Amino acid sequence: MSGGANARPRATGALRALALAAVLAWSAAPAVWQALTALKPDAQITRTPTVYLPSPPTWRHVQALWDRKPFGRYLANSAAIAAAATLLCVSLAALAATAIARLPGRGREGTLLALLVVSLFPPILLLFPLYEGVRALGWVNHPLALVLPFAALNLPLAVWVLEGALRALPAELDEAGRLDGLSALGRLRRVHLPLALPALATTAILVFIFCWNEFMLSLTFMTRDAAKTVTAGIASVSGASLHEIPWGQLSAAIVIATLPLVALVLLFERRIVSGLTRGALKG
Amino acid sequence: MSMVELRGEEITKDFADGARALDRVSFVARPGRVLTLLGPSGCGKSTLLRIVAGLERATSGRLRLGDEPFDDVPVGRRGVGFVFQNYALYPHLTVEGNLSLALEAGRVPRGEIRRRVAETAEWLGLGGLLGRRPGQLSGGQQQRVALGRALVRRPRLYLLDEPLSNLDALLREGMRAELKALFARVGATVIYVTHDQTEAMSLSDDLIVLRAGRVLQCAGPLEVHRRPADVFVATFVGSPRMSVWRGRRDGDVLACRGVQVPVPRGLGGNGELCVGIRPEDVEVATSPLEGGWPGELEVVEPLGSQVLLTLRVGGERVRALAAPAERPAASWVRWPGGSLHWFEAESGRRLEPDGPTVEVIR
Amino acid sequence: MSGAGLTRERTLLLFPALLLLALVVAVPILRVVQLGFHRVELDGGIALHWAGLEPYARLWQDGRWWGALRNTAVFTGASVALELVLGVAVALLLHERFRGRGLARALVMVPWALPTAIMALAWAWIFNDAFGVLNDLLGRLGLVRGPVAWLGSPGTAMLALVVADVWKTTPFVALIVLAGLQGIPEPVLEAARVDGLSAAQRFRRVLLPLLGPSLLVAVAFRAVQAYGAFDLPYVMTGGGPGGATETVSLYAYRNYFRYLDFGYGSAVAVQGALLAALLAAALMGLAGRRGRVRA
Repeated sequence: MSGGANARPRATGALRALALAAVLAWSAAPAVWQALTALKPDAQITRTPTVYLPSPPTWRHVQALWDRKPFGRYLANSAAIAAAATLLCVSLAALAATAIARLPGRGREGTLLALLVVSLFPPILLLFPLYEGVRALGWVNHPLALVLPFAALNLPLAVWVLEGALRALPAELDEAGRLDGLSALGRLRRVHLPLALPALATTAILVFIFCWNEFMLSLTFMTRDAAKTVTAGIASVSGASLHEIPWGQLSAAIVIATLPLVALVLLFERRIVSGLTRGALKG
Repeated sequence: MSMVELRGEEITKDFADGARALDRVSFVARPGRVLTLLGPSGCGKSTLLRIVAGLERATSGRLRLGDEPFDDVPVGRRGVGFVFQNYALYPHLTVEGNLSLALEAGRVPRGEIRRRVAETAEWLGLGGLLGRRPGQLSGGQQQRVALGRALVRRPRLYLLDEPLSNLDALLREGMRAELKALFARVGATVIYVTHDQTEAMSLSDDLIVLRAGRVLQCAGPLEVHRRPADVFVATFVGSPRMSVWRGRRDGDVLACRGVQVPVPRGLGGNGELCVGIRPEDVEVATSPLEGGWPGELEVVEPLGSQVLLTLRVGGERVRALAAPAERPAASWVRWPGGSLHWFEAESGRRLEPDGPTVEVIR
Repeated sequence: MSGAGLTRERTLLLFPALLLLALVVAVPILRVVQLGFHRVELDGGIALHWAGLEPYARLWQDGRWWGALRNTAVFTGASVALELVLGVAVALLLHERFRGRGLARALVMVPWALPTAIMALAWAWIFNDAFGVLNDLLGRLGLVRGPVAWLGSPGTAMLALVVADVWKTTPFVALIVLAGLQGIPEPVLEAARVDGLSAAQRFRRVLLPLLGPSLLVAVAFRAVQAYGAFDLPYVMTGGGPGGATETVSLYAYRNYFRYLDFGYGSAVAVQGALLAALLAAALMGLAGRRGRVRA
């Protein structure tokens, strides 16, 4: 199982390649199938036996998305809410992480553990009281109803990742800054943050993904179509009515809604991996 | 322990990025003897060791154990005990577990395992530590467990990759002596890799000096010290370091900076040459020495039992060892012509006053 | 920042985050616990009538609750077990250096990054009895005689859910295991090779024990997450057929927003959370003990 690359017989190499190909195919298959469905004319979608490749591919479903429901609005809402929540979350997490990184061992561990515990609560527990609060504030269908909870629910992860990165910065840098006459805020701005930029980026990407993907709160707090995020907008067709769904359009919606995420993952794979493992491995 | 020897023939190793780690290296590890691979970092010595262990594969060249080819024997079946530089102990097992894992996996009977582990632990003074884990051991103790792990399998060949380099100086000295005694006791065939020439000198029966993937000299330690085959070997082996001057040959003198050194009769080589002298061969005095040179004392380094002096002769510097004194002074240096080492500047090869240069490989 | 400990400066830095968490997490938890002890009636606004432990007694008698709990246990157990095995396998595959490893890793990550709710629809389409591609493939391969009503019968609906969940979160487990693998020093495995251990022996005696802590962390996380699953059952099966895939979260949600029984829904949620906490504590405890042994 180790890396002594050359001293390995060729049979295992082929087996590995096969296994890897299988894993990759399995990972990509559902998304690919959706894409194919989105491009198929209606008749071919409901044909049995299944038609695999659309011939000819059609863009009608994609176009129809904008006619039937305010799909563009869904996307815009998701983007805006996720962006705002990410900004808020990462900012608060950065401040908190800076403080935690400098705490003595036990205080630090305790705080991080407490955050970990917070992240383990099943969200259903919080749903109704949050809903009451949102209604009381008149925030139903208002973006803030989602932005604040999203920021809060992702704080533990963000703090874990950022704290780890900040703690890895050598303390001497901070001391050098002090000797150079910088205030605490000045040191934060000129020393810590620039060096922690990669970690900030990683955290932002992770939080953005989680916010975009959230469903339960979005479903409950946004009742008006124009206010919905893309997850609630698309998936608010529940079990029973699956038969009446125009699958072509739905597939198109699914593909478009997931495309940004696929792009994010492919572009930032390394960051995401390092952030996740750092965030989850500390336990 | 077999009585056959391990040979490497023309071993070459190229890495994927094109770097050549070993260039046609040949060696012989004779039964019951310690062969040391000595060289600076990056010279390829660890790579060669890993090839012998089977952890890497040579790009070309062959390994033979006695008459049989060794290259295709799988790693686990080579009967090799490997001691890693960082010990590589199994962190999740106790010392006893570390020592017995290989035997358990090899389905050696339980009674035999227990016997061997106890014996090995006794040899290495690990008796009271059997229940501890690597994380609870000191560096020296971990090193001994690493040794024990190899010993307990009674392998035909021991490969040690800079085993002492992570120990502090005092510990290193003690372990050196212990290792030497251990090797003798076990009658092992050993290939030992190090960059520390003191270790190499004290432990080896046979010595190979490597640099940048090439063998510079292959001989016994005394021979390497007395007649280094290459100017690099000359300065690498021997402490304190040899002083080397470089100059242009002009008839029967070597014109260095501000000083001329007579070239012995019959010495081959023209053009740029190097001449070297070991500090222990240099005589110093405060009054003129016949056949010597005037020198200006620049640095005095007390070494404890001796003093290392650096003197300026003309435009060159020479180091000399002298007895310790209150205020060391010296103004003259002299050395016997026979103690000089001559080399070609370009190739680094050794030159002999009459006859051929020293052969590199025996 | 000079000195150790909680200075005023540091408290100020921590404050905004803690405030937000208090508002969004702490207060609602208190509220939901409160609601769980009351009978809640809609009366213009919300009227609370103290009911003590009565909702929890009702829960104990509630067959549908036990069904939900059983479904959740089956879902969690099956998903986590499969993800563990597959996750380790994928991690081992991705551990070696090979050309295109970055791209392979990225592709493997994609399922995890996609929204569960949306992909639940995609899976529903794949498992569709009339037009789903799975039935078509199975039919062509001759593995089934006629189209299987995957989402229409209890056992297969749960299977479909598990498949969808495994697809989505195996990458997460694989990542954690991968990080664990990378924490194992290469020379230790080489030492095992030279010592004559076969690949299987190296896996069992060296790799697996050293991976232990990471595996437990992964299991603990995933178990708790799977337990709280909402998106998948809601969108893919709606808890059907006949409540065969209704999880605890879904049952609580129904009580809240279909039956408008806020008090009882809260009791369901709280009870569910307590059990989840027990599960997490047990797993974390295991992880802690193993972790210490690893020294």
